[in-house]
Amino acid sequence: MDFELDEEQQALREAARGLLRKRYADFETRRGTVADAPGFDRDTWSRMAEMGLLGLPFAEDDGGMGAGPVEVAVVAEEVGRVIAPEPFLTSVVLAGGLVAAVGTAEQRADLLGGLASGASLVALAHAEPGARWTATATGVSAEQGDGGWRLTGVKEPVPQGAEADVLVVSAALPDGGTGLFTVVADGDGVTRSGYRAPDGSRAARITLDGAPATPLGEAGQDQATAIAAAYDAARVAAAQQAVGAMQVALETTAGYLNSREQFGVPLKRFQALTFRAADLYVAVELARSLALWAAMVHADPDTSATERATAAARAWAQASKAGRLVGQEAIQLHGGIGMTAEYSVGSYTAHLTTLDHLLGDARHHLGLLAATVGDHAEVDPLG
Amino acid sequence: MRLQLSEEDEAFRAELRTFFTTEVDEGVRATVRDRGELTKDQIVATHRTLNAAGLAVPHWPVEWGGKDWSPLRRHLWHEEMQRACVPPPLAFNASMIGPVIATFGSQEQKERFLPPTANVDIFWSQGFSEPGAGSDLASLRTAAVRDGDDWIVNGQKTWTTLGQWGDWIFTLVRTNPDVKKQAGISMLLIDMRTPGVEVRPIELIDGGHEVNEVWFTDVRVPGENLVGEVDSGWTQAKFLLGNERVGVAPVGATKRVLAQAKEWAAATRSGEGTLLDDPHVAVRIAELENELMALELTALRVVANSADGKPHPASSVLKLRGTELQQAVSELVVDLAGPGALAFGTSEADSDLPVWARRSTPTYLNLRKASIYGGSNEVQRQIIAGTILGL
Ligand SMILES: Cc1cc2nc3c(=O)[nH]c(=O)nc-3n(C[C@H](O)[C@H](O)[C@H](O)COP(=O)(O)OP(=O)(O)OC[C@H]3O[C@@H](n4cnc5c(N)ncnc54)[C@H](O)[C@@H]3O)c2cc1C
Repeated sequence: MDFELDEEQQALREAARGLLRKRYADFETRRGTVADAPGFDRDTWSRMAEMGLLGLPFAEDDGGMGAGPVEVAVVAEEVGRVIAPEPFLTSVVLAGGLVAAVGTAEQRADLLGGLASGASLVALAHAEPGARWTATATGVSAEQGDGGWRLTGVKEPVPQGAEADVLVVSAALPDGGTGLFTVVADGDGVTRSGYRAPDGSRAARITLDGAPATPLGEAGQDQATAIAAAYDAARVAAAQQAVGAMQVALETTAGYLNSREQFGVPLKRFQALTFRAADLYVAVELARSLALWAAMVHADPDTSATERATAAARAWAQASKAGRLVGQEAIQLHGGIGMTAEYSVGSYTAHLTTLDHLLGDARHHLGLLAATVGDHAEVDPLG
Repeated sequence: MRLQLSEEDEAFRAELRTFFTTEVDEGVRATVRDRGELTKDQIVATHRTLNAAGLAVPHWPVEWGGKDWSPLRRHLWHEEMQRACVPPPLAFNASMIGPVIATFGSQEQKERFLPPTANVDIFWSQGFSEPGAGSDLASLRTAAVRDGDDWIVNGQKTWTTLGQWGDWIFTLVRTNPDVKKQAGISMLLIDMRTPGVEVRPIELIDGGHEVNEVWFTDVRVPGENLVGEVDSGWTQAKFLLGNERVGVAPVGATKRVLAQAKEWAAATRSGEGTLLDDPHVAVRIAELENELMALELTALRVVANSADGKPHPASSVLKLRGTELQQAVSELVVDLAGPGALAFGTSEADSDLPVWARRSTPTYLNLRKASIYGGSNEVQRQIIAGTILGL
């Protein structure tokens, strides 16, 4: 039993923290970065590649670092601390994770190699208007003709969809099931409309009109299970990313209560406020515990797919609830200044709500967990 | 005790309902229904439509356009407007400075300002808060110094809502630095086109521009623009803030959004059915409906009993709970939007998601303000604890 990071993991954290802090310690820099497309800093992205962060979870043969969920969580927490707009979670963990899971050796080397080196950006186009965090696709369908596969339909919201070079697209297969394909992002039959998500990161609507597509992995295969697993891995990383963001939002709020004066005293003299800050601390620590636990469950080669899915749901349900509480209270305890784009806590709140709706809110995950409460007498984190 | 409205009040309500749903521009109402942002022209035009029918300032003295309605009728008026997606009359004019001038102003001020205020020929802004004076408003520092008959104003106001559209601003200024802080404040009306007044935008987290900083550098204000006596501004401020709280619990609007939310939930696929079939969603809606009903009944109890027209001490309950429920409903809507909540205010041209989903996150983030302004919810709790419970 050990919740501490080993030396290598600590070094990874220091390196990631150093790099991201160097860029985003000044909140104004982040604000400037998300103001214009692509919504992140290409130079920082390259540096992340040089440091090995963009290939972190991929096999060394595929151009990656061969690290696991705990290392990914370590980096995600640092991303969250400065709410770095670089798409580590959506492109590396989610899209890359799916390619790593189902791609052929050649596809892995090509796509993951490009992703890890920062040469090409990969985005997962899975969400569809009207659908909610499911692992299947119905709004985009795949057809096989003489010239190969073609996709038709709409994907939205697609994180980083307008900036990506390669799209990994899920689609309903002619014989049932959900297949995965790669599509050249600016290829024929692809129309992209990009926009800002609440936290300044980018998302897009992607309209496919008979767009030529290449099956990812084995053609015609139902990949819903792999899609679900990739989202679960992303939820575990996101839980830690949310913890990083919450931690800083809380520190910022505590700092403000210390320094802001009204009625001739610092706000911290009002116990009604300090107790609420204490409650936020409690929420962050509980979310952190479940996030760490889930990363360890995912890192353990002996855990089953069901155990991983459950761990992801538990971690994300907790992070989602805590993120909401911390985000809302951080603004409230700041008063008017918390509402402004220029000051950081509002953006932390916006980031937490973005993650929430990208990955499924607490209600959604508690609903999944609720379906199985009759199967066990008690829950035991030590398995 | 009697639950039903009297026949007269029922007829009164029906008449208002007809007016609001037939006489107010449908485009404006659609914008409110879709939770979009109104333009200045839309706000002004709607206000004028109401004023032409005597429905903009019914709570003012009859002499200045008021209706001498019972508090219950005022309540019905307010609720019906919200139910019909009619933007209420500009609060700065109708609920804030108008009643202050009508109560504390000189006869000249009343004649000069009240008719154009009732008709938004003057678009007013509220210049109370300062960077150092938020909840502790009395610590404000913007100073007005006598120069002959005039005042010279220097300082900075902040969070001035819609200040970019303001013609005039009603301000609290420090006119005597040597006495207890509440005792040295005066209320000045300032033409925002006077040299030395500068309005600078503040961007909020929903990407919108609704608040501003207002800077005053050697601004010359005629002595006649002082409201009431010198150094009596705190009395007027308390009067104004009391009124501000009364209308601030938008029960009608929140109920309407919740009703819309049910339609949206019913139109969203989830599992085998729709989101409205999801017991977790349904329970949450039921709980919100019940809380809103409790609040509405509390509001009715307050208006049914406050015959003298003074703000009831329980107005803090309405402000506190009203804003919490408003925020809770906006949170429900953003959750109904689900992944669609990522399409942050995106236009029709770029998104296939329904407009309510695209507006859900900006609205949710924007409404965090509701528990901060108009006397923060912590300040309301303070009032309940101190003034009502005597703690
Ligand atoms: C969108 C928006 C629009 C606004 N529009 C206007 C406008 O048009 N004109 C205008 O004059 N002002 C306006 N305001 C300002 C508003 O009235 C102030 O924001 C409000 O009074 C709070 O002040 P503050 O922001 O300085 O927060 P602070 O007073 O610094 O408060 C920070 C936190 O501490 C809490 N707190 C403060 N004192 C106490 C206490 N004694 N006990 C317990 N808790 C306490 C607060 O509740 C809050 O949570 C607006 C504000 C916003 C956000």
